[in-house]
Amino acid sequence: MTARVQSVPFDLGAELAGFGAGAGAGAGAGAVVSFSGLVRDEDGRLVALEIEHYPGMTEKALQAYGEQAAQRFGLTGWRIIHRFGRLEVGEQIMMVATAARHRKAAFEAAEYLMDWLKSRAPFWKREIGPDGPGDWVEAKAEDEDALSRW
Amino acid sequence: MALDVLYFAWLRERIGQPRERVETQARTVRELVAELAAMDEWHAAALADLTPVRIAVDQELADLDASLEGVREVAFFPPMTGG
Repeated sequence: MTARVQSVPFDLGAELAGFGAGAGAGAGAGAVVSFSGLVRDEDGRLVALEIEHYPGMTEKALQAYGEQAAQRFGLTGWRIIHRFGRLEVGEQIMMVATAARHRKAAFEAAEYLMDWLKSRAPFWKREIGPDGPGDWVEAKAEDEDALSRW
Repeated sequence: MALDVLYFAWLRERIGQPRERVETQARTVRELVAELAAMDEWHAAALADLTPVRIAVDQELADLDASLEGVREVAFFPPMTGG
Protein backbone atom coordinates (compact mmCIF):
# COMPACT_ATOMS: atom_id res chain seq x y z
CA MET A 1 0.00 0.00 0.00
CA THR A 2 2.66 2.47 -0.98
CA ALA A 3 3.05 5.34 -3.41
CA ARG A 4 6.52 6.69 -4.10
CA VAL A 5 7.65 9.68 -6.14
CA GLN A 6 11.37 9.76 -6.81
CA SER A 7 14.03 10.91 -9.26
CA VAL A 8 16.27 7.86 -8.90
CA PRO A 9 15.70 4.65 -10.88
CA PHE A 10 13.98 1.66 -9.32
CA ASP A 11 14.64 -2.05 -9.72
CA LEU A 12 11.46 -3.43 -11.24
CA GLY A 13 12.40 -7.05 -10.51
CA ALA A 14 13.17 -6.37 -6.87
CA GLU A 15 10.01 -4.28 -6.45
CA LEU A 16 7.81 -7.00 -7.87
CA ALA A 17 9.52 -9.74 -5.88
CA GLY A 18 9.01 -7.83 -2.65
CA PHE A 19 5.46 -6.85 -3.56
CA GLY A 20 4.49 -10.36 -4.61
CA ALA A 21 5.78 -11.88 -1.40
CA GLY A 22 4.31 -9.26 0.95
CA ALA A 23 1.17 -7.60 -0.41
CA GLY A 24 0.53 -10.60 -2.66
CA ALA A 25 1.10 -14.09 -1.32
CA GLY A 26 1.62 -12.88 2.24
CA ALA A 27 -1.83 -11.29 2.21
CA GLY A 28 -3.74 -14.18 0.65
CA ALA A 29 -3.61 -13.03 -2.96
CA GLY A 30 -3.57 -15.40 -5.90
CA ALA A 31 -2.90 -12.79 -8.57
CA VAL A 32 -0.38 -10.01 -9.08
CA VAL A 33 -0.56 -7.70 -12.10
CA SER A 34 2.02 -5.06 -12.92
CA PHE A 35 2.52 -2.40 -15.55
CA SER A 36 5.65 -0.37 -16.19
CA GLY A 37 6.00 2.60 -18.51
CA LEU A 38 9.21 3.34 -20.44
CA VAL A 39 10.55 6.41 -22.21
CA ARG A 40 9.86 5.87 -25.95
CA ASP A 41 12.19 7.37 -28.55
CA GLU A 42 9.25 8.29 -30.83
CA ASP A 43 11.04 6.90 -33.90
CA GLY A 44 14.33 8.57 -33.02
CA ARG A 45 12.89 12.02 -32.35
CA LEU A 46 13.58 11.94 -28.60
CA VAL A 47 16.64 11.28 -26.49
CA ALA A 48 14.93 11.83 -23.14
CA LEU A 49 11.90 13.14 -21.29
CA GLU A 50 11.87 15.75 -18.56
CA ILE A 51 9.12 15.08 -16.05
CA GLU A 52 7.91 17.86 -13.79
CA HIS A 53 5.60 17.28 -10.84
CA TYR A 54 3.84 19.06 -7.99
CA PRO A 55 5.66 18.02 -4.80
CA GLY A 56 3.18 17.34 -2.03
CA MET A 57 0.10 17.06 -4.22
CA THR A 58 1.61 14.25 -6.27
CA GLU A 59 2.18 12.00 -3.27
CA LYS A 60 -1.29 12.71 -1.90
CA ALA A 61 -2.96 12.06 -5.26
CA LEU A 62 -1.17 8.74 -5.82
CA GLN A 63 -2.00 7.60 -2.30
CA ALA A 64 -5.66 8.54 -2.78
CA TYR A 65 -5.96 6.74 -6.14
CA GLY A 66 -4.29 3.64 -4.67
CA GLU A 67 -6.70 3.60 -1.76
CA GLN A 68 -9.68 4.08 -4.10
CA ALA A 69 -8.52 1.14 -6.22
CA ALA A 70 -7.97 -1.05 -3.16
CA GLN A 71 -11.48 -0.41 -1.94
CA ARG A 72 -13.19 -0.71 -5.29
CA PHE A 73 -11.48 -3.91 -6.43
CA GLY A 74 -10.84 -5.54 -3.05
CA LEU A 75 -7.06 -5.52 -3.43
CA THR A 76 -4.81 -7.17 -0.90
CA GLY A 77 -2.13 -4.67 -1.85
CA TRP A 78 -0.92 -2.09 -4.37
CA ARG A 79 2.26 -0.23 -5.15
CA ILE A 80 2.83 2.85 -7.32
CA ILE A 81 6.24 4.30 -8.17
CA HIS A 82 6.54 7.33 -10.45
CA ARG A 83 9.78 9.11 -11.31
CA PHE A 84 10.48 12.74 -12.15
CA GLY A 85 13.40 14.68 -13.60
CA ARG A 86 15.31 13.82 -16.76
CA LEU A 87 14.79 10.23 -17.93
CA GLU A 88 16.69 8.85 -20.92
CA VAL A 89 15.08 6.78 -23.67
CA GLY A 90 14.50 3.24 -22.45
CA GLU A 91 14.41 4.14 -18.77
CA GLN A 92 11.48 3.19 -16.58
CA ILE A 93 9.17 6.11 -15.85
CA MET A 94 6.78 4.41 -13.49
CA MET A 95 5.17 1.18 -12.34
CA VAL A 96 1.95 0.05 -10.77
CA ALA A 97 1.40 -3.33 -9.18
CA THR A 98 -1.86 -4.71 -7.84
CA ALA A 99 -2.59 -7.88 -5.90
CA ALA A 100 -5.94 -9.57 -5.40
CA ARG A 101 -7.40 -13.00 -4.71
CA HIS A 102 -8.24 -13.46 -8.41
CA ARG A 103 -6.80 -12.09 -11.63
CA LYS A 104 -9.78 -10.12 -12.93
CA ALA A 105 -9.73 -7.68 -10.02
CA ALA A 106 -5.94 -7.31 -10.22
CA PHE A 107 -6.06 -6.57 -13.99
CA GLU A 108 -8.94 -4.13 -13.66
CA ALA A 109 -7.34 -2.32 -10.73
CA ALA A 110 -4.09 -1.88 -12.66
CA GLU A 111 -6.00 -0.36 -15.60
CA TYR A 112 -8.02 1.83 -13.28
CA LEU A 113 -4.85 3.14 -11.63
CA MET A 114 -3.18 3.81 -14.99
CA ASP A 115 -6.21 5.70 -16.27
CA TRP A 116 -6.21 7.91 -13.17
CA LEU A 117 -2.44 8.43 -13.22
CA LYS A 118 -2.47 9.49 -16.87
CA SER A 119 -4.99 12.28 -16.47
CA ARG A 120 -5.25 13.17 -12.79
CA ALA A 121 -1.82 12.84 -11.20
CA PRO A 122 0.12 16.13 -11.38
CA PHE A 123 2.95 15.19 -13.73
CA TRP A 124 3.93 16.96 -16.94
CA LYS A 125 6.24 15.55 -19.60
CA ARG A 126 8.49 17.58 -21.86
CA GLU A 127 10.22 16.12 -24.89
CA ILE A 128 14.00 16.40 -25.16
CA GLY A 129 15.43 15.87 -28.62
CA PRO A 130 19.02 15.77 -29.90
CA ASP A 131 19.05 19.60 -29.97
CA GLY A 132 17.69 20.08 -26.46
CA PRO A 133 14.30 20.69 -24.83
CA GLY A 134 11.29 20.66 -27.14
CA ASP A 135 7.55 20.72 -26.64
CA TRP A 136 5.51 19.84 -23.61
CA VAL A 137 3.60 16.62 -24.26
CA GLU A 138 -0.08 17.37 -24.82
CA ALA A 139 -2.75 15.45 -22.99
CA LYS A 140 -4.68 13.05 -25.22
CA ALA A 141 -8.44 13.14 -25.42
CA GLU A 142 -8.49 9.34 -25.36
CA ASP A 143 -6.78 9.38 -21.95
CA GLU A 144 -9.47 11.69 -20.62
CA ASP A 145 -12.16 9.50 -22.19
CA ALA A 146 -10.65 6.40 -20.58
CA LEU A 147 -11.56 7.78 -17.16
CA SER A 148 -15.25 7.90 -17.98
CA ARG A 149 -15.55 4.11 -18.09
CA TRP A 150 -14.91 3.92 -14.34
CA MET B 1 -5.27 37.42 2.89
CA ALA B 2 -1.97 36.04 1.64
CA LEU B 3 -1.91 33.10 -0.77
CA ASP B 4 0.84 31.07 -2.37
CA VAL B 5 0.18 30.73 -6.09
CA LEU B 6 2.06 28.00 -7.96
CA TYR B 7 2.54 27.43 -11.68
CA PHE B 8 3.73 24.32 -13.49
CA ALA B 9 4.98 23.31 -16.95
CA TRP B 10 4.28 25.87 -19.70
CA LEU B 11 2.27 28.08 -17.36
CA ARG B 12 5.37 28.41 -15.17
CA GLU B 13 7.43 29.32 -18.21
CA ARG B 14 4.97 31.86 -19.58
CA ILE B 15 4.55 33.58 -16.23
CA GLY B 16 8.27 33.44 -15.59
CA GLN B 17 8.27 32.05 -12.06
CA PRO B 18 7.27 28.83 -10.29
CA ARG B 19 5.48 30.49 -7.38
CA GLU B 20 4.58 33.81 -5.90
CA ARG B 21 2.95 35.08 -2.75
CA VAL B 22 -0.01 37.34 -3.42
CA GLU B 23 -2.12 39.54 -1.21
CA THR B 24 -5.70 39.14 -2.38
CA GLN B 25 -9.33 39.84 -1.56
CA ALA B 26 -10.54 37.21 -4.05
CA ARG B 27 -13.30 34.93 -2.75
CA THR B 28 -13.10 32.39 -5.56
CA VAL B 29 -10.49 31.05 -7.96
CA ARG B 30 -12.25 32.97 -10.73
CA GLU B 31 -11.75 36.25 -8.89
CA LEU B 32 -8.12 35.36 -8.20
CA VAL B 33 -7.51 34.67 -11.90
CA ALA B 34 -8.89 38.14 -12.73
CA GLU B 35 -6.54 39.75 -10.20
CA LEU B 36 -3.53 37.77 -11.46
CA ALA B 37 -4.28 38.53 -15.10
CA ALA B 38 -4.29 42.25 -14.26
CA MET B 39 -0.77 42.10 -12.75
CA ASP B 40 1.26 42.24 -15.98
CA GLU B 41 1.34 41.12 -19.59
CA TRP B 42 2.85 37.71 -18.80
CA HIS B 43 0.12 36.78 -16.36
CA ALA B 44 -2.47 38.16 -18.75
CA ALA B 45 -1.16 36.10 -21.66
CA ALA B 46 -0.80 32.88 -19.68
CA LEU B 47 -4.29 33.14 -18.20
CA ALA B 48 -6.11 34.56 -21.21
CA ASP B 49 -7.55 31.21 -22.27
CA LEU B 50 -8.43 28.98 -19.33
CA THR B 51 -9.58 26.07 -21.51
CA PRO B 52 -6.21 24.28 -21.19
CA VAL B 53 -5.66 25.31 -17.55
CA ARG B 54 -6.26 22.99 -14.62
CA ILE B 55 -6.54 24.17 -11.02
CA ALA B 56 -5.69 22.79 -7.60
CA VAL B 57 -6.76 24.40 -4.33
CA ASP B 58 -4.70 23.28 -1.34
CA GLN B 59 -3.41 20.43 -3.50
CA GLU B 60 -6.85 19.09 -4.49
CA LEU B 61 -8.21 19.43 -8.03
CA ALA B 62 -10.78 22.21 -8.16
CA ASP B 63 -12.63 24.48 -10.57
CA LEU B 64 -12.99 28.21 -11.12
CA ASP B 65 -15.89 28.48 -8.70
CA ALA B 66 -13.96 26.95 -5.79
CA SER B 67 -13.98 29.08 -2.64
CA LEU B 68 -10.72 30.50 -1.34
CA GLU B 69 -11.93 30.76 2.24
CA GLY B 70 -9.19 29.44 4.54
CA VAL B 71 -7.10 28.37 1.54
CA ARG B 72 -3.30 28.66 1.61
CA GLU B 73 -2.20 27.47 -1.82
CA VAL B 74 -3.62 27.64 -5.35
CA ALA B 75 -1.91 26.04 -8.35
CA PHE B 76 -2.42 26.48 -12.10
CA PHE B 77 -1.12 23.97 -14.64
CA PRO B 78 -1.86 22.34 -18.01
CA PRO B 79 -3.70 19.04 -18.35
CA MET B 80 -1.60 16.35 -16.70
CA THR B 81 0.47 13.87 -18.68
CA GLY B 82 1.65 11.28 -16.19
CA GLY B 83 2.02 7.54 -16.56
